[in-house]
Amino acid sequence: MANQDSIKKTLTVALLLCIVCSVVVSSAAVLLRPIQQANKDLDRKKNILLAAGLYNEELSIEEQFGTIKTHLIDLSSGKFINSEDPASFDQRKAAKDPERSRSLDRSEDVAKISRRENQALVYIVEGDDGLDKVIIPVHGYGLWSTLYGFVALESDLNTIAGLGFYDHGETPGLGGEVDNPRWKALWPGKRVYNGNQVAIGLIKGKADPNASYEVDGLSGATLTSRGVTNLLTFWLGKNGFQPFLNNLKAGDA
Amino acid sequence: MSDTKKILTTPIFADNPIVLQILGICSALAVTSNLKTTVVMCIALTTVAAFSNASVSVVRNHIPSSIRIIVQMIIIASLVIVVDQILKAYAYGISKELSVFVGLIITNCIVMGRTEAFAMKNPPWPSFVDGVGNGLGYSVVLLAVGFFRELFGSGKLFGVEILSLSTDGGWYVPNGLMLLPPSAFFLIGFFIWVLRCKKTEQVEKEEFKIARNSTLREAL
Repeated sequence: MANQDSIKKTLTVALLLCIVCSVVVSSAAVLLRPIQQANKDLDRKKNILLAAGLYNEELSIEEQFGTIKTHLIDLSSGKFINSEDPASFDQRKAAKDPERSRSLDRSEDVAKISRRENQALVYIVEGDDGLDKVIIPVHGYGLWSTLYGFVALESDLNTIAGLGFYDHGETPGLGGEVDNPRWKALWPGKRVYNGNQVAIGLIKGKADPNASYEVDGLSGATLTSRGVTNLLTFWLGKNGFQPFLNNLKAGDA
Repeated sequence: MSDTKKILTTPIFADNPIVLQILGICSALAVTSNLKTTVVMCIALTTVAAFSNASVSVVRNHIPSSIRIIVQMIIIASLVIVVDQILKAYAYGISKELSVFVGLIITNCIVMGRTEAFAMKNPPWPSFVDGVGNGLGYSVVLLAVGFFRELFGSGKLFGVEILSLSTDGGWYVPNGLMLLPPSAFFLIGFFIWVLRCKKTEQVEKEEFKIARNSTLREAL
């Protein structure tokens, strides 16, 4: 082992090791990708069901998701797009792609997301007599992070059926309380639009349980609360899903 | 006691990586707020420690000393990525909670320390056992910390309610500090204290003796 430290030996060992390790790592990644993808899909579907208040632990997620139809819509015109497959659409990627999104002015950008995708996914729950619930994806900036979630609306497209966030990095115990089931339980029954304006929002302190447009603020998390109000204002407003919701109500989406 | 058994059991109390060698503290603070993530983290670390020790030991006679740390690092990093991928595939919820901490096993001083100190000089089987032993030593401390943090921080163990919380109409007011990382410092401190009361040989020698106060006469 005299030439243990020769340059040739060092390079050979380094090269061989890199090849072996890269084969191990990449085969693990490739072999496990389908299962990981399935998990991600299940997780997303579960979050949609949770937001809509339809989640039932005893039934399989796929089974429960059966009643929900996924559609791709154009946000500006508010019409369905039937030419593309919604399953292959990645909304987060689209929001970053300059060709499939547009930048927002300061005055428009209430949710501080800087770019808005041109197309979006909506999830429609069909009941026995037509439309039952509409679930829309929302995101916006809180205090530390972008909050990603879903809002579910009842068939009148004005009453909130539920709301939930599936990805955020707010302070646990303060802004992180957006995940608190007791707080989320305050949302169903609240109204979104007063006339044509989005009126729903969080207020400081406790809201009157009968108030239509007010929800309790998160104590100790003023900026996260403001962020939630802002993202609802944006996504339910005219730059968000309002054109689509109006079309859907008129029956020509 | 046979050699293998000794290698396996000494790191658990006699030469514990966390409380005696004070390695791997960072993840001990981060992942112990509930027992479920703690257990998964312990299994992940033990697996990585055992297999990286074994693989480093297999190639130990061929590793040029000039790049030995890099070689160990690559082996550890590859194993951690594999573990992370497996968790994402089979325990998605938990891997979401553990987030970056699985990846950070790469930088966990226990794994690196054992490959450098033990696996470079010993054959594969004892190295593997040493990795398992040190993983178990890490696990003992983490599980103890996780037990107290989850019990007093959220009144639960493995998510099952033990103390009924005042927020849900019970009697126990949860201790919010227990859910924050600093509480793990206090708990590890207590653990070290109790262990060193039992095993006095772990108490470090004082580096110097403080001289007795000089008397007034000497000062003059």
